[in-house]
Amino acid sequence: MGYPHPSHPRETVVLSKHFGDPGARTFDGWVQRGGYQAIRQALGMGRDALIELVKASGLRGRGGAGFPTGLKWSFMPKDDGKPHYLVCNADESEPGTFKDREIMRWTPHQLIEGCLIEAFAIGAERVYIFVRGEFTELFPILGRALEEAYANNAVGRNIFGSQTSVDIVVHRGAGAYICGEETALLNALEGKRGNPRIKPPFPAQAGAFGMPTTVNNVETLAAVPHIVLRGADWYKGLCLGSPKSTGTKLFSVCGHVQRPGNYELTMGFPMKDLIFDLAGGMRPGRTLKAVIPGGSSVPILTAGEVEGTLLDYESIAEKGSMLGSGGMIVMDDSTDMVKTIWRYVKFYAHESCAQCTQCREGTAWTAKILERILAGQGREGDLQLLLDLAENMTGKTICVLSDSCAAPVVSGIRKFRHEFEAYISRSRAPALAAV
Amino acid sequence: MSQDLVTVTIDGMPVGVPKGTTLIEAAKHAGVLVPHYCYHPSLPSPAVCRMCLVEVEKQPKLVPACVTPVADGQVVHVNSPKAKAARQGVLEFLLINHPLDCPICDQAGECELQDYTFQEGRAGTRYAEYAKRFNPVEDFGPDILYVANRCILCTRCVRFMDSVAGTPVLNVSERGDRATIGIAEQERLDHPWAGNVVDLCPVGSLLSKDFLHKARAWDLDKAASVCPGCTQGCNVTIDTRDDVVVRLRPRANLEVNRHFMCDEGRRDYRWMNRGDRLEAPLVRDGDRLVAADWDAALDRLAALLRETAGRPAVLLASGRMGTESLGLVRRLLADRPVTAAVKVPLGEEAPLPGVPGLALRRERVPNLRGAELVGVADPWEAALGALGGAGLVVVLDAPLDEGEARRLAASGAPVAWLGTVEHEAARGAALVLPVATMAEETGTFVNRDDRVQRYQQAKGAPGMARPAWWVAGEVLAGPGPDADAPQTGAQAFLRLAELLPAFAGLTHASLGFTGQVLRPAAAGVGA
Repeated sequence: MGYPHPSHPRETVVLSKHFGDPGARTFDGWVQRGGYQAIRQALGMGRDALIELVKASGLRGRGGAGFPTGLKWSFMPKDDGKPHYLVCNADESEPGTFKDREIMRWTPHQLIEGCLIEAFAIGAERVYIFVRGEFTELFPILGRALEEAYANNAVGRNIFGSQTSVDIVVHRGAGAYICGEETALLNALEGKRGNPRIKPPFPAQAGAFGMPTTVNNVETLAAVPHIVLRGADWYKGLCLGSPKSTGTKLFSVCGHVQRPGNYELTMGFPMKDLIFDLAGGMRPGRTLKAVIPGGSSVPILTAGEVEGTLLDYESIAEKGSMLGSGGMIVMDDSTDMVKTIWRYVKFYAHESCAQCTQCREGTAWTAKILERILAGQGREGDLQLLLDLAENMTGKTICVLSDSCAAPVVSGIRKFRHEFEAYISRSRAPALAAV
Repeated sequence: MSQDLVTVTIDGMPVGVPKGTTLIEAAKHAGVLVPHYCYHPSLPSPAVCRMCLVEVEKQPKLVPACVTPVADGQVVHVNSPKAKAARQGVLEFLLINHPLDCPICDQAGECELQDYTFQEGRAGTRYAEYAKRFNPVEDFGPDILYVANRCILCTRCVRFMDSVAGTPVLNVSERGDRATIGIAEQERLDHPWAGNVVDLCPVGSLLSKDFLHKARAWDLDKAASVCPGCTQGCNVTIDTRDDVVVRLRPRANLEVNRHFMCDEGRRDYRWMNRGDRLEAPLVRDGDRLVAADWDAALDRLAALLRETAGRPAVLLASGRMGTESLGLVRRLLADRPVTAAVKVPLGEEAPLPGVPGLALRRERVPNLRGAELVGVADPWEAALGALGGAGLVVVLDAPLDEGEARRLAASGAPVAWLGTVEHEAARGAALVLPVATMAEETGTFVNRDDRVQRYQQAKGAPGMARPAWWVAGEVLAGPGPDADAPQTGAQAFLRLAELLPAFAGLTHASLGFTGQVLRPAAAGVGA
């Protein structure tokens, strides 16, 4: 639902059914609302059957990459005698994204139950929920929920009287965007500097503390209990577009819309309807200019490209962007694209972990060039320089932070070149003080 | 063997390398150096500098050669336009905030940033209008300065302290382009092996205070040598400028010291530049020592040996003397009972945890084992005790303290003093012969693991000083121009190899630059 707005009739409310309902936060309240049925059912199913179920459902990672979840689980070695770990990536830091926050705020037990099911499926006896450091409000909520879950034997030794034991630890990050990258998250979890690791080895081979680990996003995990209860066919049936994108997805809509918020939609829902119908469209007298559909790391779409685009992995990819995290940033015609892109680039320059040369130096340099253009000191050749730097920053580093910084620059220059040129030719007044 | 080899083609050159080899090492076999900064063969690879990106056919993205293992049939392009463009991009990024203060930088001339930029970097900058990042120079430790402005964040120093020294005091502080190398609060970079970070640093960011502004790299002469500091026998390079030793640096020997040496060894070179050297042979004339030419001095030594033939002799030697010198001087006394010893100063042992078998050893002389092998193997106390009944004492540059000098004087035996520096105790000698230090001759040391290692001459000997093996060789060959007397260190070693089974079959040439381990059967063989 579009919390804080009431649910819209065109939403498919599964994960967000209890958003805004404080009664759902307690263990008893969650059980009354049908909670902790799925885990009991899962414990009786067996591990392989569970993995097959999730594979069949078509569930894909909701953190941004969209990797098939069941396949990811199946990468975990079997009977290798090592401890396995499940790590829940709750370090939601992607600008424009605020869906995991609401899942944890209103339905912490939904997440806990998802964790338990997956832990059972991949043979993990320990789960780490890595929560973004700035989520101060969520920390006590998760803590209380976990306490109750332990008290009710939903978590801990022999959960619900079964042979399965699962411990869950909530770990609070120190507030770095890069720790949302799964291997940086693992380093941070181990108490090291949050630098992304070289892959291979992948976490399923050597993850947390060198042991086989699966890292899943909050929303992915929250969807699992529903799949267990209602079946793969039901989930697969939730599909309005490409059959490769199934289920429901929370879209965090922000920016120049009248009703910003989280909207839970069936995959393949028309992007335009989300913006203009559910989110209330533009303010009076304004027209849509651009949309960043999947968090700040993905290429920008123009108003024209929004036309006919469906909210699923394939349709957005066809338009040259990505569904990403589903954090949708909507911009109307009052938006200064150069300034907007500069602000994103500045963010990435601030958050670069400083490992790879291209990212450490390239993000900061790109920000400086944009700053200079905005200050009315742009030069002919600056756009080519920006594109050159973006080329050097793309596909050459350990993680994709550098690529993410380059993406809005490249798509921005390609699609809104006249705005850059207006600053450079001095036909537009400077937007920043001289540097 | 062959089933473990995989074949890869690197820049058109097919090479067979063991499975698991990284592309960067495989490329070396093909004669191709992949430019790199963060990679170092003695450190774990983080693949962060992104300089070693190479193109591998059928792979969508460039791959870091330092962490990518070879796969059979791979076709790799190190110098394709795509790979070169990527490297040029990295170089440009590394240089935008680099101060380009090469004219005042110690690293200039041996700087990898300079070299690769010269090789394939852009001619001009596209970062003209901004102030460069500035951070003050930091004092990291007793001998180490950190110049943050030159740093390229390759993290070799951090990884050395973490995984090799086992003392993780360095870190990367801050993020993004604000990042610098930091040192833990209240900590100093004073580990006994910390100086290696200066060598590991590919740019002029970590500097040795001892070497600061002493010389330009291109003015240095370099000699492959062996550290004279302890029985470990780390391979080193002696750098001299105008015949003055200005620093010792480690030289790679994977069997002995990998790429490292300890700080004590690094500092231990000033004695090579001493000014109070013996520069001319002196022979006794009544109560005076008078200067003589070598012919007269050698005659005098031969006469002294004849006069004392058959009577017990004592040899007091320095463990810094090469095997050739110790061996041939010992041969001079072959016709009589001898108590022969080297003086072994002792110190604290300081291991380098990340390299098994590598430590600064307690015995602070390089050639204790070589001395044993040539028959200079008695305890030092025993040799001092034998002074009383000696008919002849030969001192081979032994660093005698005051008490030892008194005991030498009290013995009353005639003394043949072969020394490098002036010494009070030499005043009573029958003759004083100036000899070369290990830095001034070519010779060998045998380390604690029976590895015979060659050191090469790094500078000239002062005045008339000659290697001790030459002195002994001439006397052994007898008077007159005799072709048999060794004229080079290599010939002296051959002579030794003829006389001692331990060294049989070895030559200076066969020792190469990394030495050879003696056959186990050879151990314990005396003169």
